[in-house]
Amino acid sequence: MEKKVFERPTITKLTPGMPSKHGSGAAIAPIRYIEGLKIDDLLEKYGSPLYIFSESVIRKNIEDLKRSFTVRYPKVQIAWSYKTNYLDAICRIFHQEGSWAEVVSGFEYDKARRNGIPGEHIIFNGPGKTEAELLKAAKEGAYIHIDHFDELFLLAKVCQANNVTARVAIRVNMDVGIYPKWDRFGFNYENGEAWDAINRIMANPQFKFMGLHTHIGTYIMTAEAYRIAASKLSELAAAVAQKFNHYIAYIDMGGGFASRNTLRGAYLSGEDTTPSFDEYADAITSAIINSQIKPDKLPAIILETGRALIDDAGSIAGTVIATKRLTDGRRALIVDVGVNLLFTSFWYDHKINPTQAHSGLVEETVIYGPLCMNIDVIRPSLMFPPLKVGEHFVISRTGAYNNTQWLQFITTRPNVILIDTNRQTHVIRNAETIDSIVSNEQIPDHLK
Amino acid sequence: MECRKINVGITGLNNIDSPGPGMPVIRGIKESPCFDARIIGLAYDHLEPGIYMKEWVDKTYMIPYPSKGKDALFERIKEIHAREKLDLIIPNFDAELFSFIKLESQIDQLGIKTFLPTLEQFEERHKSNLPGYGKKYGVDVPKSEEAFSLNDLSNILRSFQFPVMVKGKYYDAYKAYSPEQAQAYFIKLSAKWGYPVIVQEFVDGTEVNVIALGDGKGNVISAVAMRKQYITDKGKAWGGVTISDVSMLELTHKIISQTKWRGGMELELIRTTDNKLYILEINPRIPAWVYLAVGAGQNLPEALVKLALGMEVKPYTSYEIGKMFIRYSWDMIVDIDMFSKLVTSGEL
Amino acid sequence: MKLNQSIAISENGFIFNPATGDSFTLNNTGMQVVSLLKSGKTIDDIKETLTAEYDVDTMILERYLQDFISDLKRNNLLLEE
Repeated sequence: MEKKVFERPTITKLTPGMPSKHGSGAAIAPIRYIEGLKIDDLLEKYGSPLYIFSESVIRKNIEDLKRSFTVRYPKVQIAWSYKTNYLDAICRIFHQEGSWAEVVSGFEYDKARRNGIPGEHIIFNGPGKTEAELLKAAKEGAYIHIDHFDELFLLAKVCQANNVTARVAIRVNMDVGIYPKWDRFGFNYENGEAWDAINRIMANPQFKFMGLHTHIGTYIMTAEAYRIAASKLSELAAAVAQKFNHYIAYIDMGGGFASRNTLRGAYLSGEDTTPSFDEYADAITSAIINSQIKPDKLPAIILETGRALIDDAGSIAGTVIATKRLTDGRRALIVDVGVNLLFTSFWYDHKINPTQAHSGLVEETVIYGPLCMNIDVIRPSLMFPPLKVGEHFVISRTGAYNNTQWLQFITTRPNVILIDTNRQTHVIRNAETIDSIVSNEQIPDHLK
Repeated sequence: MECRKINVGITGLNNIDSPGPGMPVIRGIKESPCFDARIIGLAYDHLEPGIYMKEWVDKTYMIPYPSKGKDALFERIKEIHAREKLDLIIPNFDAELFSFIKLESQIDQLGIKTFLPTLEQFEERHKSNLPGYGKKYGVDVPKSEEAFSLNDLSNILRSFQFPVMVKGKYYDAYKAYSPEQAQAYFIKLSAKWGYPVIVQEFVDGTEVNVIALGDGKGNVISAVAMRKQYITDKGKAWGGVTISDVSMLELTHKIISQTKWRGGMELELIRTTDNKLYILEINPRIPAWVYLAVGAGQNLPEALVKLALGMEVKPYTSYEIGKMFIRYSWDMIVDIDMFSKLVTSGEL
Repeated sequence: MKLNQSIAISENGFIFNPATGDSFTLNNTGMQVVSLLKSGKTIDDIKETLTAEYDVDTMILERYLQDFISDLKRNNLLLEE
């Protein structure tokens, strides 16, 4: 007779307000497979912890976003937000699907060029562009999104000194009725700064004024805010057309669409409350179509959506290192995924599921990472089944920001794999070794 | 009249010191001559008293908290429906309404009816949206602002005079007399109900309420005005009396006809000393004092069931003035075996 | 080590401590261990029973059994001999 699987024995004291295990099964059900591949096998083969990306999910997300907009609007272009995830393999999937590159540094710019993206398909954002970066971008025909007046003057100087013209847009910030109001990037709409910047650009023959850009914030849970933003940009575009008889090529709505993660402090699950692509698309396109812009002069819509396209395509699988009982009676799990790998655990209540079946009984648990640092908490409190040492779990929706904001802190970073559309696995970033970390270090002679 | 057999799922069985409306809704339905109802309680906590009141609640199932997500809730409803053949569900908590509204069409496909406000109606009457709501529909509301952080709170408080009301996103409200008190309530409320926390101008006056039912086409099917006579330290009415106040009912008609409100609602109002009516809150569900409306001649739960089942409903046009409700508490004796059965099997 | 004999156990995974008024739920393995303790089995007996029934390494079993026993103690369900 085959022996039964052993589950750690548990006892849980009943307290008022404690969720019933009945009906919460779906939330902590085991997730055994990603794209049909057994997670336990992947960990066995590539080591634990492990970043896992699904190519089909990425392609499907892009297609969904495109469809939401193209059924409502004639011209739509997606530009992949490099800072969200700039692993080359990931960027190349986006580029194969027709995405341009949206970059915010010279480093990201060069990465995009290496990925085969020509300058004229690069949108160059950010408040910190250097003179050399501006010159290169201008020469290669990239869209330079000017953030502030100092940059406008610097770019004018660069263009004049080198006798080049630059394709430019401005970033505009505005009140769209949401909190927090982002006013540190770009030119303000309400106080006339944006209009002032546009007038200076139109007066400079070395600038080709291409478009208007805004990025109203991050993790925007209401599509209405985009409607307000799009109509304000449309008003600016209409004013430009009226005064200069000039029609801009695009309105860039930036990013900020939420993924389905649950923000810390939110009562309801992000799976329920996050607006769909259709809701965002409806707000943006109807605001532009209903504006004063002439129907035959409608600008293209550019989308820099990062998080909502990649978050649910990425997961991190890991292993339980130890279990503890804290002095207040709560269970603690120490796992091999720390905040160095999962930066987003600072603002999400990440969804974590075991990779094996359990009896359904859950207990209040804290999940700690392996770092010897007090900040290393993956989930401060959740109802979780009694995992044993060596058992595996998977954290979902980790594809955004974790491979760019990760920290080389205390330890090295593990393998990143991609499951392609034929369910073949590929390492897209090798696990670091001590050599990959120390190779840039130098030791002065007297310390040798 | 033909008495129709129905199976009704009902939440809010927590008739505790800050009671949910489940039990009085059940009383209304059970007393209706039109229905022979089997009541299926849907409970979140093992100690909701209604679970153990077997003469009112035929069977109870535990359901997952709204924060577990609507998919978990839907799975559980499917399990329950497979055994109980539910005709309709009446959700009674603010915090669960979002999930039920999102699930409305899925639940409908199972053959289970609901009678809920639309998502738009539900969202626009949020405490945090009240100033915009007041402007849109031409009604008086106290000044209120949303705070997302302690920093926000101290900025906001500069434009308010103390005392102020500090309110949770879904429930709970406290009167704060100082910035320190406001901060303490902010921390408490944000930990429990998330962000934002709402800071509202304190309007002094008499608390009056209206319970109402809209048919979703702009018609008022039922509306009863009540003056709170005894208010507990949790701000709940422990006694109240029906009153004849034309301006309150006019306000109710104005709101329901303009918004085409669908389902039960409660208007929490303040009548100031200079005789102005302010809307403090619009609750998107039946309030716990609904049985007063039944007692005064308007069986609002029955009417809601009829609307949900697509039956014809004649609007109530009057109610008895001077009917009072006086709430009382009652200790049931329950064997621990019942509790144990509920905890381990999730049903009772 | 003995289970507090006044403790009421129902086979569906619920125990009630009449001395303190606390109630608890247990998972299947937890229930099994408590039942074996109640019937007077020693820890060694229990280890033997579980090893025969489950696919589990002795070291791991020992580790979690010890954990569980300390939870029972913490909740005043075990009497020290």
